[in-house]
Amino acid sequence: MDVMAAPQVTPVETPDTEEVPAADRPWVTVVWNDPVNLMSYVTWVFQKLFGYSREKAERLMLDVHHKGRAIVSSGARERMEHDASRLHAYGLWATVDRS
Amino acid sequence: MFVREGDCLVGRFDPAGASVLHQVMVEVTGLLADRLDRTDPIVARLFPDMYRDDPEISADLRQYTESDLKTAKLEQAGTILATLPTEGGEVRLDDEQAETWLRALTDARLALGMQLGLRDDTDLVAEMDEAVLHDPISVRVAQLSVYAYLSELQESLVEALVG
Repeated sequence: MDVMAAPQVTPVETPDTEEVPAADRPWVTVVWNDPVNLMSYVTWVFQKLFGYSREKAERLMLDVHHKGRAIVSSGARERMEHDASRLHAYGLWATVDRS
Repeated sequence: MFVREGDCLVGRFDPAGASVLHQVMVEVTGLLADRLDRTDPIVARLFPDMYRDDPEISADLRQYTESDLKTAKLEQAGTILATLPTEGGEVRLDDEQAETWLRALTDARLALGMQLGLRDDTDLVAEMDEAVLHDPISVRVAQLSVYAYLSELQESLVEALVG
């Protein structure tokens, strides 16, 4: 929002109740469970790469472990691809998907 | 196994442990140094598709990411080979080197885990019992022991690093 806008022009009100079209929905990075990666290691990677607290990182790790997957970040598509690449460098099985 | 001593992560390796780890990292380096074979499930796991349901876009993206990822994986395997005394002894790592070790150990365990056909519900103790019963000097028994050793080593390094 631009708070410096000149006051002479009445802004056009746009309703904010519209459905968000699919093309504008954010993207997500998903980490999938695998039989190899250690729980302690996965928790550490989430803290290291995303700056998450130990509690949040552990919660995400447990989601991966018990539910088979967890969304670890969301946002612009290119940023999600970057996040997935970084997770691949740490040996985690990560993919990008539409939220 | 690793412990923290001040700013250092210190691991002590007997000759057998050093030899096993050295051999494993040489094998990982060999796998990565070759032209990557996408039909090899180990390669597919170390270089996952970015889009689960879109192999075409994943293949396009790989053109931009694969070479960097491969270089990084080769370098991290190289870090273990460069810092590990082959006859055994002490390894002293700073935090950055320890993180590199963790990534390299992950690659090695992923590769070995694929070779062993590990699944989410695999019970490693039961696997080992069965393999020993079948043939105590088989390749599978040896690989399962190496896998268990690498897991213990990595666990100790994570714990020593995060404290």
